[in-house]
Amino acid sequence: MSILLSNISKKFGTFTALDNINLEIPEGELVALLGPSGCGKTTLLRIIAGLESADQGRVLLSGQDRTDHDVSQRGIGFVFQHYALFRHMTVFENVAFGLRVKPRSERPGEAVIRKKVHDLLNLVQLDWLHDRYPDQLSGGQRQRIALARALAVEPSVLLLDEPFGALDASVRKDLRQWLRNLHHDLNVTSIFVTHDQEEAMEVASQVVVLNHGQIEQQGAPGDIYDNPANAFVSRFIGQTNVFYLEEQDVDWLQTAGLSNAQRQGKVAHVRPHDIIIEKSLADGDDGFVTLKDWQHLGSLIRIELVKNGSNGGTASIYAEMPNDQFRRLHLSRGDKVDLRIRHAHWFH
Amino acid sequence: MSKSSIMPGFRPTIGFTLIYLGLVVLIPLSTLVFKSFQLNWDDYVHIITNKRVLSSFRVSFSTSLAAALIAGFFGFIVAWVLVRYSFYGKRFFHALIDLPFALPTAVAGIVLATIFQPSGFLGKLLIDTFGVQVAFKPLGIVMALIFISIPFVVRTVEPVLLEFESSMEEAASSLGATRLQVFGKIIFPNVFPALLTGFALAFARGVGEYGSVIFIAGNIPYVSEIVPLLIVTKLEQYDEVGATAIALTMLVISFVLLLLINLLQLCGCASAQDNSKEVRT
Repeated sequence: MSILLSNISKKFGTFTALDNINLEIPEGELVALLGPSGCGKTTLLRIIAGLESADQGRVLLSGQDRTDHDVSQRGIGFVFQHYALFRHMTVFENVAFGLRVKPRSERPGEAVIRKKVHDLLNLVQLDWLHDRYPDQLSGGQRQRIALARALAVEPSVLLLDEPFGALDASVRKDLRQWLRNLHHDLNVTSIFVTHDQEEAMEVASQVVVLNHGQIEQQGAPGDIYDNPANAFVSRFIGQTNVFYLEEQDVDWLQTAGLSNAQRQGKVAHVRPHDIIIEKSLADGDDGFVTLKDWQHLGSLIRIELVKNGSNGGTASIYAEMPNDQFRRLHLSRGDKVDLRIRHAHWFH
Repeated sequence: MSKSSIMPGFRPTIGFTLIYLGLVVLIPLSTLVFKSFQLNWDDYVHIITNKRVLSSFRVSFSTSLAAALIAGFFGFIVAWVLVRYSFYGKRFFHALIDLPFALPTAVAGIVLATIFQPSGFLGKLLIDTFGVQVAFKPLGIVMALIFISIPFVVRTVEPVLLEFESSMEEAASSLGATRLQVFGKIIFPNVFPALLTGFALAFARGVGEYGSVIFIAGNIPYVSEIVPLLIVTKLEQYDEVGATAIALTMLVISFVLLLLINLLQLCGCASAQDNSKEVRT
């Protein structure tokens, strides 16, 4: 089911949570609503679900206006941040809930419910826990039960609010992969909210970046990373070094490979992996760069450089390169380095 | 037990608990039991099966039960309103709820008796419009007990409603449940244990209540005479043994009833709570 939001605005008192949002989500996508906390992403998700009503604007699901439909009639599945499992019911009854509350004419028989619930529990690989209570489950298990419960009513849209937010790092990694695979198998249009850009890039097929109640950019993860629409997106997605031209020694930037001709704005954003460093042979000149420290990030090395400005101030610059490449440079702390910038994004 | 506990000070605290239970609860109550040993079994049965005594038991327990049920129902609604809605004067209402706790019960009794007696403001109105007399009837006792016991229900249910995760309701709605189904299948089962506690407290309070009841009840033997009053009457006649026998019986019945309510509660929560002690996987 496709989702179309037009002119959605929402205020809480004087705080503008969402400001004239227009968004189209094609059928079958796995979309991440990404943004810093307080950017309105959860509010947007709740408006799509019908848990919150927008001050203005329309919500269209599959081309039909559902703005005035109650959450119970929108045919969505919602997975809450803290799962919101029914504490007084077993796992089985939790998953069966959506089927049992159907109007009598639509309600499936007990045998059908039983089969369906066990199928869903098998899908999330937790059928063996069917007679447990939510209090007895771990965070990751609760998450998957909440997902099974939402899927039981065969929603045409699946909405997940910070689905991995409350889990520890290793469980989170597993579940991300698992959610991707599940989406691939079920192919139900899904939207999840996250503040973790890594998670959004890893899981989603489309990323929508929000800030201050507005959409900054929408696109495939790779697109957003390679072509950030503005300085906020560039800074929020991935690591970036920010150079303000008026503060920078122009000569220095030129030496580093950013010629005047390339300048298209006042601010240059440079990804750490777009910085290449070499041991410096020259000595004693102004504005030199020294190696301060480095950290191992698995296959990559993150290098912290300090640039001494002509005005006496220092600035940190981060570079990244593969392990073996770094080793071949034979650098140690305090060494002077030459640095070359391969590519920069320019903003005003 | 003391070794496995992570809380320090097991010995002094258990000691204090035992001293409290001993000095304040058990010794006075056991005196009651010892006192009744002055009676032999036949005398005891004779006192207890006295018609007037039996009917006072019936009045006491039936009115307390009715009052606790009604207080449970309306107390739940009051707690619901106080937690779920915001309205002008909410804080004032909040303070008002506790008033029956603080008021000397005799004052409440006199006030209730005054307005509900046949010539009183509400009493007259009820007799004229519905032909129902409240004062000097078991109905009057129920009225007084409801007044006294509603705060118990409100104050036990309220915190549970406050803590109730609203996302559980939203989850139920998103799964297609109607408002009524959300209440019946999600909210009520979660609040029920607290409601049952409130009911038990209200009931226990009702059985023991004296001050607020005697004025409105009229204390007509076989009709509106409650057990506590009968005990006081016996004492005033220097019939200590008779009073003790009745008191002991009441104690036993109350204890058994409260035990049953507690057991009921255990059954309700057992499945969820006992298992939670298992190792998490």
